[in-house]
Amino acid sequence: METKALQRIYTKIGQITKATCTLKATDVGYEELALVDGRPAQVVKIVGDNVTLQVFSGTEGIRTNAEVVFAGKPPTLKVGDELAGRFFNAFGDPIDGGPKIEGEEREIGGPSVNPVRRQQPSELIATGIAGIDLNNTLVTGQKIPFFADPDQPFNQVMAMVALRAEADKIILGGMGLTNDDYLFFKDIFENAGALHRIISFVNTTEDPPVERLLVPDMALTAAEYFAVDKKEKVLVLLTDMTLYADALSIVSNRMDQIPSKDSMPGSLYSDLARLYEKAVQFGDGGSITIIAVTTLSGGDITHAIPDNTGYITEGQLFLRRDTEIGKVIIDPFRSLSRLKQLVIGKKTRADHPQVMNAAIRLYADAANARTKLENGFDLTEYDKRTLDFAKEYSDKLLAIDVNIDTVEMLDTAWALFARYFSPEEVAVKKEFVEKYWK
Amino acid sequence: MSNEQENRTTGKVSGIIANLVIVQADGPFAQNEICYIIHNGVWLMAEVIKAQGGLAYVQVFESTRGLKPGSPVEFTGHMLEVSLGPGLLSRNYDGLLNDLDTMTGIFLKRGEYTATLNTKKKWDFTPIANPGDRVTAGDWLGEVDENSIAHRIMVPFKMEGSYTVESVSEAGQYFPDEPIARLRDENNEQFVVTMVQRWPVKKAIKAYRNKPRPFKLLETGVRIIDTLNPIVEGGTGFIPGPFGSGKTVMQQAISKQAEADIVVMAACGERANEVVELFKEFPELEDPWTGRKLMERTTIIANTSNMPVAAREASVYSAMTIAEYYRSMGHKVLMLADSTSRWAQALREMSNRMEELPGPDAFPMDLPAIVSNFYARAGYVVLNNGKTGSITFIGTVSPAGGNLKEPVTEATKKATRCFYALSQQRADSKRYPAIDPIDSYSKYLEYPELQKTLAETISPEWIGHVNRLKNIMIRGKEAAEQINILGDDSVSVDYHLTFWKSEIVDAVLLQQDAFDSIDARTPLQRQRYMVDLLLEIIDAPLSFDGFEEVQPFYKRIIDKLRQMNYSQFESEEFLAFRAELKEMVAERTGVEV
Repeated sequence: METKALQRIYTKIGQITKATCTLKATDVGYEELALVDGRPAQVVKIVGDNVTLQVFSGTEGIRTNAEVVFAGKPPTLKVGDELAGRFFNAFGDPIDGGPKIEGEEREIGGPSVNPVRRQQPSELIATGIAGIDLNNTLVTGQKIPFFADPDQPFNQVMAMVALRAEADKIILGGMGLTNDDYLFFKDIFENAGALHRIISFVNTTEDPPVERLLVPDMALTAAEYFAVDKKEKVLVLLTDMTLYADALSIVSNRMDQIPSKDSMPGSLYSDLARLYEKAVQFGDGGSITIIAVTTLSGGDITHAIPDNTGYITEGQLFLRRDTEIGKVIIDPFRSLSRLKQLVIGKKTRADHPQVMNAAIRLYADAANARTKLENGFDLTEYDKRTLDFAKEYSDKLLAIDVNIDTVEMLDTAWALFARYFSPEEVAVKKEFVEKYWK
Repeated sequence: MSNEQENRTTGKVSGIIANLVIVQADGPFAQNEICYIIHNGVWLMAEVIKAQGGLAYVQVFESTRGLKPGSPVEFTGHMLEVSLGPGLLSRNYDGLLNDLDTMTGIFLKRGEYTATLNTKKKWDFTPIANPGDRVTAGDWLGEVDENSIAHRIMVPFKMEGSYTVESVSEAGQYFPDEPIARLRDENNEQFVVTMVQRWPVKKAIKAYRNKPRPFKLLETGVRIIDTLNPIVEGGTGFIPGPFGSGKTVMQQAISKQAEADIVVMAACGERANEVVELFKEFPELEDPWTGRKLMERTTIIANTSNMPVAAREASVYSAMTIAEYYRSMGHKVLMLADSTSRWAQALREMSNRMEELPGPDAFPMDLPAIVSNFYARAGYVVLNNGKTGSITFIGTVSPAGGNLKEPVTEATKKATRCFYALSQQRADSKRYPAIDPIDSYSKYLEYPELQKTLAETISPEWIGHVNRLKNIMIRGKEAAEQINILGDDSVSVDYHLTFWKSEIVDAVLLQQDAFDSIDARTPLQRQRYMVDLLLEIIDAPLSFDGFEEVQPFYKRIIDKLRQMNYSQFESEEFLAFRAELKEMVAERTGVEV
């Protein structure tokens, strides 16, 4: 962060807590940036002439007579085409050894799009993964997280989706990324020859956790530049939003706020929605699509973070290891893409919605049969067929290593139906049965 | 209420904590009074939520970024008010009734407020009242044609006491702010009435004679509601459900299909893309009742989740005020709010910033009172002129973690009469709409008033049928549990029959495809036909040699019945499936159905 002439400098800090310090100062704006003993900080509370600053890297070792310099502006990012191909930290400073960006300075976390200026998302994003394209089709302008336990390969799947998605720009917001994962993203983008359309804002586990709070806003401000000014299709990857929310709870706790469910701040919903709602489809072709990662604790989606996320995002992609086939699959029960209705059967073949639902219904029957089996009951002949179907369905369509187009996905599903069931058992519209039953 | 310009209170900002601002006031001000904070020439609207020793704690309806202590504040002397008049329909508003379409630019600019009503448009006015009539607040003076809906111009709700009509303008074209009537009060003071009036949104409009118990079914075309858990004109209901269980799809289906004159939709702290769907679809889709465009009867109030939190609270009140305004004209209004949990969360955020002692889950202690007062504004009313109007209000609730014991769900359950519990389990197995057939209820089914209308309008046996269907579902669930515990072959075939009978009801009546053009909406007449048919099949004395035969038979029956659901009512195709069913049952029983 640069400092400018004519700055107000204070040297008397009245109160220091683990994350904040409070001093008497005047003419300070809410959310203004400052440097406390050279460390970036932001105004979070003003009462009379008492100004409370949140120090991003913590207050260890700060003296009561440390120098406090106000920047006179909220956090900003310089935007321009030169952003492409570069890596930055949470403050928007380059970390790849390259030059600083010279461009228009924009406040991060800017205003919302007027809902009447939005367009209805209608462009399908093909990923080749049937668990996504067939059952949970993605659309530009959508916001959707992966719900996954920390040991699952969510970053790999996300990178794969990003590279196949045909976006003009991919913007990575990494929060609490391990150094290894950071290098993974760097390598995979480089190897795909895609680096020129990637921009990364990264806070690794080596950086102070509270700094993460700036990462999504930085990424989304860059995204708005390309989507609005350049009318580009922008894909934003945010990983891991659980670590972002954890940082929110640290700050709220240190500001003595009353926690609500799971020690999260009462404003968690609004805090997350403010970011996710930046996903948008504009009328002139520009769009921002957000794919995020929310790590779960033992698959628990009732925890405040996935729970609030689920209410904000347009569905979720749930990763699960299927022990029957020994692969990670996109769980058809817990996963959902709310915007798929806008494209399936319209941009894809007309039988898509019915085939999708029928397959999942039969897969649910298989789950019931498995419960019976576990409880030691005999299976009916139908039960046995559903189990065989489920295994093949999981392997050929749900596994994340599938890479085929939607027509092939639908044909595969029909072939499985015919192999294991009668048309009555599948119960889809007659016209489709007549056309596709093999 | 309205202070004079010169003695308005002013003040200065002295503290800022997110959207809570502390103002040092130099004079008196009221709780809930609206004030403006002037920041670099931009006026930011705010509402007083606490007064303490000359300090006003205000919640700002905008971002407070960059705001500095010392910024000037001007109080307005009134609470949050909105303009009511012709032209509210077909509009898209934010939570404070700013017209979103007349705003400039792609992004919402802080401090940009636009007019609720278009005062440049003339309306075709016809007088109703005559000189010499005695009138009170809410009485009809005349009407204009708003999208073929009779928009009554009323004595403003703020006018207390009774008045004599001195004159009413003759039929013709007038601007909304032109005088259309002159009234005189008992002290001989004259009042000029235009088509526009203002009303504070947090106060209920009570310009009606009485509020009797509701008695008429409000048809929604959603079978699990109309048949099993009916909502009534002037009734209240709520839809709680975990995310992904189909709350929004459910609400949108109701908003499109319900038999209402006016629909007010408050998208409260929800996804912007869902609101866009309404913006795009409603001007295109037809109202199944009138054949006109849906948008013509609809007002959309959008405070999406990224818009300022304080305005989210205001949005539900603004919506209810519009609903009350149209109810006073004698219309059937349907109001939907998605989701009231977001509104409760907005209350929680403010309560938290004011460092109030928290209630359960950090929500304010008075949350149940606020919720029940709000739902109480709905209802069926008899107006002063003997005509009737109603507000049917259905809210959604987004329970944290899908737990129906959380404070917002519990508070709402006490305040409403219909409970449409969406179940995660049903949603997971794609049984949509995922309304739990056993946990859900409509208290109105117990109303003798409704029972009487149902007997008259549908059939005398109807209530009996509905109770039987509910019973079939409960018994089916019990049978399924027994089968799961004991195993398929350890229970008698009767258990399998009981279970599969409930599966027929579930698959054919309860499940409904909201995305199929025919199945999405089932008129009451057709619901009755299908209920009769289902009960005939269920009652047929079928015999099976073993449990293995049960499932394949019922699967075939269900498949045919579903095909009927997808076919045009009483079409050739529909009747062909009906005939096939007849044969299938006859084969097993020798009984004709």
